[in-house]
Amino acid sequence: MDSNVLSIKNLRVSVGDKEILKGVTITVKSGEIHALMGPNGTGKSTLAHTIIGSLRYKVNSGEIMINDINLKDLQVYERARAGLFVAFQEPVSVQGLRFINYLRTAYTSLHPEERLEYKKFVEEVKELLAYFGLDSSFIDRGLNDGLSGGEKKRMEALQMLILKPKFIILDEIDSGLDIDALKVVSKAIGRAKENGAGIIIITHYQRILDYIKPDYVHVLINGRIAESGSGDLAKLIEERGYEYYRGGEIDAKVE
Amino acid sequence: MQKWNENEVEEVKKLNEIKYDFVTNVKPAYQVQKGISRSVIEEMSREKKEPDWMRNIRLKALEIFLSKPVPTWGPDLSELNFDEITYYIKPEDRKANNWEDVPKEIKDTFDKLGVPEMEKKYLAGSVAQLQSEGVYSRLKKQWEDKGVIFMDMDSALQKYPDIVREHFGKVVPPSDNKFAALNTAAWSGGSFLYIPRGVSLDLPVQAYFRMNGALEGQFERTMIIAEPGASVHYIEGCTAPTYSQYSLHAAIVEVYVKEGSKVRYTSVQNWSDNIINGPTKRAWVEKNGRMEWVQGSLGSKITMTYPSSILRGEYASTSNLNVALGIGPVWKDNGAKVIHAAPNTSSKVVAKSISGKGGMSVYRGQLRINPGAYNSKASVQCDALILDDISKSNTYPHNEILEESASFSHEASVGKISEEQVDYLMSRGIREEDARSLIVLGFLDDVLKEIPLEYSIEFNKLVKLEMNKYGAVG
Repeated sequence: MDSNVLSIKNLRVSVGDKEILKGVTITVKSGEIHALMGPNGTGKSTLAHTIIGSLRYKVNSGEIMINDINLKDLQVYERARAGLFVAFQEPVSVQGLRFINYLRTAYTSLHPEERLEYKKFVEEVKELLAYFGLDSSFIDRGLNDGLSGGEKKRMEALQMLILKPKFIILDEIDSGLDIDALKVVSKAIGRAKENGAGIIIITHYQRILDYIKPDYVHVLINGRIAESGSGDLAKLIEERGYEYYRGGEIDAKVE
Repeated sequence: MQKWNENEVEEVKKLNEIKYDFVTNVKPAYQVQKGISRSVIEEMSREKKEPDWMRNIRLKALEIFLSKPVPTWGPDLSELNFDEITYYIKPEDRKANNWEDVPKEIKDTFDKLGVPEMEKKYLAGSVAQLQSEGVYSRLKKQWEDKGVIFMDMDSALQKYPDIVREHFGKVVPPSDNKFAALNTAAWSGGSFLYIPRGVSLDLPVQAYFRMNGALEGQFERTMIIAEPGASVHYIEGCTAPTYSQYSLHAAIVEVYVKEGSKVRYTSVQNWSDNIINGPTKRAWVEKNGRMEWVQGSLGSKITMTYPSSILRGEYASTSNLNVALGIGPVWKDNGAKVIHAAPNTSSKVVAKSISGKGGMSVYRGQLRINPGAYNSKASVQCDALILDDISKSNTYPHNEILEESASFSHEASVGKISEEQVDYLMSRGIREEDARSLIVLGFLDDVLKEIPLEYSIEFNKLVKLEMNKYGAVG
């Protein structure tokens, strides 16, 4: 298994004039699952967007590294090529851009060294569509065009598997999923882990963590990691509620 | 911006240059002096050894042409000077039915354009025209045996004068517009396609029109006659080398879709950006007939084209799918015209346009449902994508629904590429320019998927090239 490290160090990020992340440090290694939990508006999605390099998010200090590559000067597509994959909370749709064409372009962009066998690729995508309980006709449909929220999330999870990233950040992949979909997406996250990906699951709720056990849990409150711990922390957070952290922030403990 | 993909861009550019932007070195076998006059038309007609009736049609049309003003309701045509154009240039005396018999320089031209190869691969027949005359035509024997006729129009006039005379100028009379009058007066070349009753061609036929010089006029005349129950797919390709001075292309296409027959007319023009292009294309569609227009408008400086279907018989139907690229200092005035003149007729128009780098794309349409065209159905959809702040798109739909039992819908949209879409695609490793190409091609997909593969590959390449030239913006 590859051994890669995604390290986020002391990251401070602003959107407009407002500082959202106020010094976040997380280190993720291949094959690890980290859960990043926290109430709404605390900076979880900001972290996802910053890692992938969205221009709206301004990094004031700190760094994001994959192994020894600093992502600072890399554009969004170059970060993806460095091995990052973000499953977005609200994936966009592109009318007329057939899913398979899009996916093939993405795959060959991410893995230029491989000779893609198109037929095999299509078969693989079809198998995965079936795995996620999605209709095989989605392959020729416009990207996310006319899909329900839950379907879009499953399509994101499908891409997470097929594009073989080194690091996966799932931004509220669990929202809008019914219980069956939640189970299969969780299973898929397990598969990605087995394939050697390092994963950050961003979530508001503990629910998904009933199906996929994280190795580490971090609580993000007001742009800072309020607490980090092992997978069992999630249960505790559920019992305490985020209110627990409102009183005063507990010093961040990393890993 | 990143540089690593420039080789790719150069490659595509080179490919396009080799493919289209070259001149054929031929000394014309015959040409008239520049400018248009009664004597030029008479000389042309004499040189072509035409029957008197055709010469008379030409001369009458010339009067109409001279009496009509240059249209001013659309793009700026002020640079057009009808006195400096050469109206008839015959590149070669012989007409070949075999590529081996085509003079080398001309054959090389069509080889570069891939015409013989396309013919071998997927066509039932092919006509190739350089400047004013067809230089090659061939129809596979199995179709000849079934009575199908496919050849250049001048030859058809010699061999089948009665069929030509019966159908000439009925669907598009010279009085229709100034360019139609000009074509009728000065027409040369074009293709003639006749499908006998009940015959259906399972492979398309193609006509390829190539212009060669500056201040040159190409006025081909095409006639398609589908007898009852016949069916055919006709493809037209057009290219020219680039010059600083303009050239004028003004074709007429008359299509007869007789009872229960079906004609698909696919046109992909990739004229160089000095061509002024104003063809008039129209079909008469009889009972249970179907006419399908598919138009890809990639090149030219100015294009004004509005393929029309007149639905004359009950249950006649038509579709008109149109894609126009208006990128750079160009004006694309595209549209469709449908007249529902019988009950239970139906029509569908889909027009997609892209404007960029100061380009102008216009949708200009006319849709009329006549009184008494009971239960007719029509839909018009036009979508425009504008790539930047200096480019424009306009829509002029003209809809007259004069029959109460008819149903009609009209949808129009104007939009830009959404940055969220670009970001999303980039987050999956796709470069910004490629992301934009994918979005543009997606926008065009409804129509592109109807274009034959060989041409849609061209289209894909061209859109990618244009988007690459654009560089990453925003």
